[in-house]
Amino acid sequence: MEMGEEVKLLGFWPSPYAIKPKIALHLKSVDYEYIEETLQSKSDLLLETNPVYQKIPVLLHNNKPVCESLNIVEYIDEAFPSTPSILPAEPYDRAIQRFWAAYIDEWFPTFREVALAQSEEVRRAAIEKVKEGMSLLEDAFVKCSKGKPFFSGDNIGYLDIALGSYLGWLYVYEKLSNINALNKEETPSLLAWAERFSASDAVKDYMPEVDRLMEFAKIIMPRFKAASN
Amino acid sequence: MATNDEVKLLDFWASPFGMRVRITLAEKGVNYEYSEQDLMNKSELLFKMNPVHKKIPVLVHNNKPVCESLIIVQYIDEVWSDKAALMPSDPYQRAQARFWADFVEKKIYDTGRRVWTTKGEDQEAARKEFIEHLKLLEQELGNKPYFGGDKFGFVDVVFIPFYSWFYAYETLANFKIEESCPKIIEWAKRCMQRESVAKALPDQNKVYEFILQLKKRLGL
Repeated sequence: MEMGEEVKLLGFWPSPYAIKPKIALHLKSVDYEYIEETLQSKSDLLLETNPVYQKIPVLLHNNKPVCESLNIVEYIDEAFPSTPSILPAEPYDRAIQRFWAAYIDEWFPTFREVALAQSEEVRRAAIEKVKEGMSLLEDAFVKCSKGKPFFSGDNIGYLDIALGSYLGWLYVYEKLSNINALNKEETPSLLAWAERFSASDAVKDYMPEVDRLMEFAKIIMPRFKAASN
Repeated sequence: MATNDEVKLLDFWASPFGMRVRITLAEKGVNYEYSEQDLMNKSELLFKMNPVHKKIPVLVHNNKPVCESLIIVQYIDEVWSDKAALMPSDPYQRAQARFWADFVEKKIYDTGRRVWTTKGEDQEAARKEFIEHLKLLEQELGNKPYFGGDKFGFVDVVFIPFYSWFYAYETLANFKIEESCPKIIEWAKRCMQRESVAKALPDQNKVYEFILQLKKRLGL
């Protein structure tokens, strides 16, 4: 990183979105100042730097803001061009990774739907959707990784970050809903990948402990419930 | 483009998402086979090329499918990189382009849909929200000729297709976009002067007729 470069990251410890830039910055060996937002109120800095959505994460690079977690990851990859590359080099591989990253963002809230389901019918439908996604992603992992440890091959990349950032909440929702979405029988490759991902240097310090997330979930779930009614 | 490159587009004439791809292919001068899909009776080919979402547009490049219009546009921009670059080269400008394209994607279609599918108070609320989103985009445009600056770019491609639906929105919800967002209309007319855009966007009256039929079919 060049001298005089100032990087700040506005985040929130339980947020899976905020984990994504943390992993990316670690992969690129970028030093940054981390600013923790609170649940209670949004800081002036946050409101100023992300007026459109007023949400974390926000990356500030020499005071210029970049918003939206996957957008920030791509930005980090391009603004700090040291190895490893986060996105693959080939346009087709990039398109495939972007496709699955978009799919994951749309599909992951289904886990929450299971936890909030008021009827058995709704719960069953949501579980089916969860399992459908897990199956698609298991296949996608096999195709993308081509026998290597990560979606991106030898190293963690864009799609690993896109899915892996949700792992903490995945375990929480599994516990809350009493389901087993990530398992040896149905998703053996993803199960092994999840362990590798969580244990890697670029990730392990940023994944909140599941117990801590469970405590936080107790506070936040009633809010999600109220919002969905 | 290599002489043995095979490009096919599975599309539907009224789809703003499909229009994005048509514009991009035209800007790049790519020869392709256009394949109009019957969305009421989806083809085997569509199911095969987009098994996850079963939606158009799908770009099939040498038999390999690319799905999701924003992803397709970026793919075309990266493969046919020698001409008419849609994304800027500076990383920060690129991040801004992706941000605003994503904003259009998240807000315009869904809010627009509520404008033509609802009535009364719901429609009033949808109309207000729609104008708010357009005003934000107008602010972002500022005094630039295009969202891309001097050059027609990624955000322009992503947003301009909705212009072909403006007449339908306005007629069904009784409002005039130009009254609230004159710069957006000015920008849209500027884009329409480009051959790639003029050819890709259907006539606004045709779109209006199509939406009336759709409303009938949906029982709205």
